[in-house]
Amino acid sequence: MFAELRPPKFLAELGPKLPQRPWSDALCASLEVARLTKQLDADFSFLEGRTLRIFIEDLGARATLRYVNGHFRPAAADIEADVSFRASTENYLKLLRRTEDPDTLFFQRKLRIEGDTELGLHLKNLLDSIEPPAWFSKLVA
Amino acid sequence: MPPSIMRKPELVCPAGSLPALKMAVDNGADTVYLGLKDATNARNFAGLNFDQNSASEGIRYAQSRGRQVLMAINTYAQAGEEKRWHQAVDMAAGLGVDAVIMADPGLLDYASKTHPQLRRHLSVQGSATNYEAINLYRDLFGISRAVLPRVLTLSQVEHVIAHTDVEIEVFGFGSLCVMVEGRCLLSSYATGESPNTAGVCSPAKAVRWVETPQGTEARLSGILIDQYGQDEPAGYPTLCKGRFEVNDETYYALEEPTSLNVLAALPELLRIGVAAIKVEGRQRSPAYVAEVTRTLRAAIDAAHVDPARFAPKPAWDAALGKVSEGQHVTLGAYLRPWK
Repeated sequence: MFAELRPPKFLAELGPKLPQRPWSDALCASLEVARLTKQLDADFSFLEGRTLRIFIEDLGARATLRYVNGHFRPAAADIEADVSFRASTENYLKLLRRTEDPDTLFFQRKLRIEGDTELGLHLKNLLDSIEPPAWFSKLVA
Repeated sequence: MPPSIMRKPELVCPAGSLPALKMAVDNGADTVYLGLKDATNARNFAGLNFDQNSASEGIRYAQSRGRQVLMAINTYAQAGEEKRWHQAVDMAAGLGVDAVIMADPGLLDYASKTHPQLRRHLSVQGSATNYEAINLYRDLFGISRAVLPRVLTLSQVEHVIAHTDVEIEVFGFGSLCVMVEGRCLLSSYATGESPNTAGVCSPAKAVRWVETPQGTEARLSGILIDQYGQDEPAGYPTLCKGRFEVNDETYYALEEPTSLNVLAALPELLRIGVAAIKVEGRQRSPAYVAEVTRTLRAAIDAAHVDPARFAPKPAWDAALGKVSEGQHVTLGAYLRPWK
């Protein structure tokens, strides 16, 4: 569905000037729906009270979320995050499709982590341990 | 030796999660190795590894398809906490793994006395590099297999195999470290934890990457160990792979991030009779496990069918090169001319 998604270059410049809240809202909503429908059945309690930020560099987008009382909630785009990830749309999709290993992207500098490395690694390992439902694999294929 | 009677080594692949284990099995691993979620194994990272339920499911998945599962309990029991390591051995026996991989002589003794029927492999962390040491472990603890540290040449591996009835497993692919496996304390020097003690080299809690105008700094417990320019490749944040200033020159003073790739030496490894070829990387994701397992499966099968005419296919080297740490792949110690 998103096989060749390469956003136009101007977005990287324009994106950061746009409101960031919709990205955070969309990501939180997706995560919460996935959990409600038992598609993301995992123990996220290690994230309690922590703030994560996902930079999508070629869209100039950043989603910020906080895990509070067992739920993902959107957070302000300007607060300091405990850990942040940076990659392009293309590389995030490779990770979602599980066609690329995050360490490989890290070695190639296509995925960057800043902040609490252990928190980031824990999240990565947790996501690796979940088997993606078939509909999801189709969606990102 | 004609290929038909030449022993085909087992392909032993890593699993840090259930999806990774399934990838290994589905892509042709004969054997998968895994560890529990604690300091009893040398890849003790947050969120990685197996609990009793996932291990049980993984073992069922592999064994029902005719594959084997090994459990690495390959760190050294820390003083006052021996019970935790003993419980891991008991759990391995209860789960029905095909063997345990261990390094600590005290634990090997416990396992051989408490669960004599449980097969025991000597871990690379045991750092046994000669047949006298391996035979001693066999006589004392009844080990069936030893994993050799990545320090021996092919002719030295051959010499070991010729002088022991213990099966010999060697590394075939993965990130290389400074080749003092089982004896390295560099990580403890900066972080207080190292593989043998806490099951982890450069624990993530001690690692920080900081983006600066000059590039990305890699810091370990605050110590700057490397700085990468914008598009310069990165390695794991370990002291041994850092760049340091020595006599006004900044360079890889210990070693450059490099990966081992033994494809070119497969016919030799088969000829000398290695029992198993191991892939490094329980910390890696299912995508890595799938790619590397698939590639080594094809290569080992091809080398076994026709060793004389075997040559690594460019596609295999490309697949392994892509997931490698560092810009270089090497045959490591296997083909070094000096001894």
